[in-house]
Amino acid sequence: MPEARVIPLRPDDDEPYVPPATPPGWEEQLAGGLEFIRRRMTGEYETDEFGFDPDLADHVLLPILRPFFQKWFRVETQGLENVPSDSGALVVANHSGTLPVDALMTTVALHDEHPAKRRLRLLGADLVFELPVIGSMSRKMGSTLACNEDAERMLTDGELVGVFPEGFKGCGKPFRDRYTLQRFGRGGFVTAALRTGVPIIPCAIVGAEEIYPMIGNAKTAARLLGLPYLPITPTFPLLGPLGLVPLPSKWLIAFGEPIETASYGPGAAEDPMLVFNLTDQVRETIQHSLYQLLLQRKGVFS
Amino acid sequence: MPPAVVLVTGVSRWLGGALAAELAADPSIERVIGVDTVPPSQEMLRRLGRTEFVRADIRNPLIGKVIAAASVDTVVHMNISSTPAGSGGRVPMKELNVIGTMQLLAACQRAPTVRRFVLKSTSAVYGASSRDPAVFTEKMQARAVPAGGFAKDSLDIEGYVRAFARRRPDVDVVSLRFTNFIGPRIDSLLTGFFRMPVVPTALGYDARVQLLHEDDALAVLTRATTGDFVGTVNVGGEGTLLLSQAIRRLGRVEVPLPTPALGSVGRLSRRFGFVDYSPEQMRFLNFGRVVDTTVLREEFDYTPRYTTEAALADYARTVQPVVSPKLVESATSRVRSVLSRAGDTASAVGERLRPTPPAPGLRAVRDA
Repeated sequence: MPEARVIPLRPDDDEPYVPPATPPGWEEQLAGGLEFIRRRMTGEYETDEFGFDPDLADHVLLPILRPFFQKWFRVETQGLENVPSDSGALVVANHSGTLPVDALMTTVALHDEHPAKRRLRLLGADLVFELPVIGSMSRKMGSTLACNEDAERMLTDGELVGVFPEGFKGCGKPFRDRYTLQRFGRGGFVTAALRTGVPIIPCAIVGAEEIYPMIGNAKTAARLLGLPYLPITPTFPLLGPLGLVPLPSKWLIAFGEPIETASYGPGAAEDPMLVFNLTDQVRETIQHSLYQLLLQRKGVFS
Repeated sequence: MPPAVVLVTGVSRWLGGALAAELAADPSIERVIGVDTVPPSQEMLRRLGRTEFVRADIRNPLIGKVIAAASVDTVVHMNISSTPAGSGGRVPMKELNVIGTMQLLAACQRAPTVRRFVLKSTSAVYGASSRDPAVFTEKMQARAVPAGGFAKDSLDIEGYVRAFARRRPDVDVVSLRFTNFIGPRIDSLLTGFFRMPVVPTALGYDARVQLLHEDDALAVLTRATTGDFVGTVNVGGEGTLLLSQAIRRLGRVEVPLPTPALGSVGRLSRRFGFVDYSPEQMRFLNFGRVVDTTVLREEFDYTPRYTTEAALADYARTVQPVVSPKLVESATSRVRSVLSRAGDTASAVGERLRPTPPAPGLRAVRDA
């Protein structure tokens, strides 16, 4: 008689059960919190030349984002093994969702779920750094201006840099165009990767399109406010501030196979044809994995 | 070959005087001539040693006679004013900075003995805006060209110095782009700013600040005068701090004000001769500026002894903190002890109220 064996009901259950770590007692939490306040008041923490404040990011900003990541959007990540643990790489992702929530969730994903707890250093648009509060908070979170100088400096330092080449075209596209990639900028991200010889990791994010479905664009008002677009969603501005609550769509973030650039040599950045081809290759890869992820997802909110 | 006769402009200020004193202490230098519009203080005069002081205005062609008569071979130009307060208003400041430099350069061009020109410039030439790359190298230019004030003057001065270098290719020109100075003795923009017990800053902005200790500034100037480096170099300490962080480390109280209110505070403080919140200064306080110092360390061959953090800590010794770290420490530990006592009481009460679990039955006995 064959030996009895466990037949998995769901393939997901394969991983061995790991008991969750016991949350620290309230006294430890209190001590940690007070120590944090003391550090903040005396300025005894480290910041880097880009304005990144890891102390603030770990103890304030990431804990604020974590409930959204775990409970609200129930983000699932795939292909984290494609992200290197200790060297520079350029994560290139699709952009959507009116507000750059996808960038924040990818940051949480790489910090919380990657075994090396990698910090994603985002490249943001000019507008982000012009705005008070948002600009300085983005820097404290680890972002910097999307320009080749900064990107190359970070990649040379071995950082994991995240970029959304679609920019506002991707973020502010109407809901009917969801999951179709827009033009990928001018390929600046490819030149940065070529010059520094780091791999490009295509990243597909599914779910961000549905958080604020943009059914209209108040162009005149946007122009008056100096914004690239002013979204009209089913709930905003109809419900006022309540309309700012994102819809709880189900998210999937997939990191694809790295695209090697080191073999081309640093001089390859001067070859526009190669840059265009690589840009297209990355774009096609992301578009393809977007379609695959959409097939995997059972429903928008499930 | 070390210089024989050095002329230092702006010698009555701390850094200029310190450089002249340093050069005068070097026996291989024959003569050190210090020039300024105002005579140095008694204390400074004592430090200057064998430096010869010439009271002259560099805006006046007389400076040419001084250079020719003493057959000066190295000119260190430091008479550049960074605040209107220090030179009696914006118009005299601009006159001193721009016209003074032009006169000095005209005199140097005529003097065949001059073979080295050192300019004390500033990293303010890179401007400060939200569109800046995080770190500037010497090859980069300002994204938003400074529209006025000290930064514009410095850009003009660098332009005139470049033109001079083109006309006199036999002269070695060094431009030192310094970040903000700090230290116990120097009087700079930031030392005045940090000395205020309550520091107004722009709400919603936090600048990245790179500092240079006065000792390092002095060492770099001395090396630039006596060494053989030619070209432009950024001079700054290793590492950066955020403005809010620096204010906290000094135990000051930061008061973030909305930008329009900060403007009127600035006008008020300028009238009373405190700190200058000029629009350009405000932009710097919003966005900050960081420079790459690879050229300094590798080509100029000098590594600053103080990092930004260490320089600030050295300056902190001279300012009495308003919120001292000890106070914060004792306050947090008191809060902690109060809360933990409250917590202990609460858990003790909770323990008492919880019904005691039934004692495990002695099954074997009961079964028997």
